Amino acid sequence: MYAMIPLFVILPLAAAFLIPVIGRFVNGFQKVTSTTVFLFLSLLSLYFMFARDQVSYSYMIGGWEPVRGIPIAIYFTLDGLTVFMLAIINLIAFFATFYAISYIKRYTAENNFYALLCLMVGGMNGVVMTGDLFNLFVFLEIAVIASYALVAFGVEKNELEASFKYQVLGGIASMLILFGIGMIYWKTKTLNMADVSYILSNTRQDTYLLFTQVIFIAGFGLKAALIPFHAWLPDAHSSAPSPISAMLSGVLIKAVGIYVIIRLFFNMFSLSPQVSTLIIILGTVSMVLGVFLAVGQWDIKRLLAYHSISQMGYVIIGIGIGMLILSNNGSRSIAALSIAGGLFHLVNHAVFKGLLFLNAGAIEYVTGTRNLKEMGGLSNLMPVTYSTSLGASMAISGIPPFNGFFSKLIIILAAISGGFYLLASLAILVSIITLASFLKFQKFSFFGKLRDPGNNNIREVPFFMCFSMVALALLCLGLSLLIFPGIREAVLNPAVDALMNTTAYSSLILK
Amino acid sequence: MQGMSIIVKKVSQLITALIFMYGIYIITHGHLTPGGGFAGGAILAGAFILLVLANGSELLKLKQKEEGSSLTESLAILAFLLLATLTLFFGTYVFFNNYLPGGTVGNLISAGIIPIYNIVIGIEVGAALFTIFLALAIYKEEMIK
Repeated sequence: MYAMIPLFVILPLAAAFLIPVIGRFVNGFQKVTSTTVFLFLSLLSLYFMFARDQVSYSYMIGGWEPVRGIPIAIYFTLDGLTVFMLAIINLIAFFATFYAISYIKRYTAENNFYALLCLMVGGMNGVVMTGDLFNLFVFLEIAVIASYALVAFGVEKNELEASFKYQVLGGIASMLILFGIGMIYWKTKTLNMADVSYILSNTRQDTYLLFTQVIFIAGFGLKAALIPFHAWLPDAHSSAPSPISAMLSGVLIKAVGIYVIIRLFFNMFSLSPQVSTLIIILGTVSMVLGVFLAVGQWDIKRLLAYHSISQMGYVIIGIGIGMLILSNNGSRSIAALSIAGGLFHLVNHAVFKGLLFLNAGAIEYVTGTRNLKEMGGLSNLMPVTYSTSLGASMAISGIPPFNGFFSKLIIILAAISGGFYLLASLAILVSIITLASFLKFQKFSFFGKLRDPGNNNIREVPFFMCFSMVALALLCLGLSLLIFPGIREAVLNPAVDALMNTTAYSSLILK
Repeated sequence: MQGMSIIVKKVSQLITALIFMYGIYIITHGHLTPGGGFAGGAILAGAFILLVLANGSELLKLKQKEEGSSLTESLAILAFLLLATLTLFFGTYVFFNNYLPGGTVGNLISAGIIPIYNIVIGIEVGAALFTIFLALAIYKEEMIK
């Protein structure tokens, strides 16, 4: 299975460049290829998750062996956290693509859509696997440049404006990240993350390193849309076609934002209380302000986009508490609980936010509007969309037995047992306001008098869209099982261990 | 898009051949001297762009050219991927392995598969930059209409 590791990058890239060539002659090639590729990769990632024969793999591209103990190849690493992220990325990509088969028919240039989607997924898979800082930057640019084009896919005024804003802020983020990578290279004379980690562990934490970390937080914080770096997200996520919104909100901000922050600060830099506190503050601000910005929105997709910021705050808080406790040499079990809560909420958010964006797309597909004031009474006519969106709304607002409840519970429990009482109470408050805004979403879209803004005859969406929504809704319920010991040990614990044992990553490559 | 005066046309025709050859030189000597596929590809695209700018072209022809260059681009990158994955499935089972003999350092034909990668990247970058130029030109033409 070792030789299969680079397939996560090869297959999406190959699909992305085969589609424009063959897709123009063979009708339907683009849909079949992209869905098969994503299905295969999700199965492969699940295989690596449950049945891998090693705890972690490191793959040397080009087969360049280390010279005198110094790694010279670009590495692909596959440990618990990577496998966890790969499974999320490829599963959500599969469902979004399957959904898009019906949804994207309204647009011209279907080939370009599928090619860009494959490119974006290839970039994200690369970001989570690579063990080289500059390689990470390249894959990150592949993913985000494809997403700039996908946000502007509708080529209307709003979409172009959103994409432009996204490009400007994304460009600033990329510049900051590149600058940070340059600073690391200046200090350590290497770009291999494991090697950097080894060298940094033998150097004193000075202002230079602290400044580098702040630059990285600003750069990847922009990609992850933490408040105050969030300005691009509501526009970009609400203007993109719905399957792409699901990918952007469900996966992209996690893979190129949160994942990299987690990986760099746990496994590359030495943990420090200052940076951990900064990360917790950013998370708290995102969580609280995001939900207050969301609750007043009337555009469904903007509402969901602001909730993405707020829910990312939960993830960051969970991770940040773990970082702070670890850097203060506190109780390792509380830190592990907190990190597990953060990662659990990350996968949950990918599933329910992906589903909610697909629901919003289904509503827009039949009514032609995204404005909550212009719709109503859809529950009888669109039973599948209604029931799945109810499930997702309950999951995001933290109502048992849906998955969101358990992950929020773990984060709050960890915060209380770690002594962060204010954070715990804020998390509960935000959860209540989230519930309020989703009650508003449910009430105005599905209940009340039937209104038909577009003079269409409203009916349930086609099979492909229904299938994806139902499957994701089932996942919303099924992921609650992750808190049971047997399943948790296979899925969550390896990811948490990869972070808790901060030197495991560098010892994986520097044997 | 309108062409330019006869002087510009003649001079650009003469110069293009030199630019093209220089681009090919940069690409093929990528493993020996500074430069390589990306830089050489940009020079190749420059030669094409110069020809289109000097001689002018109609909208329909521009669209034909764009289709051709975007096809070339995709094919070039597929060739690159094929070269890189060839040994993943046969022989050493390693992605991006340099499986050709290395040769003597400093010779034109040396460094194994790297010169071939350079050539494919040169085609890819040249075609990609030319496609971007054509897309902008087509956009401008359509705006005028």
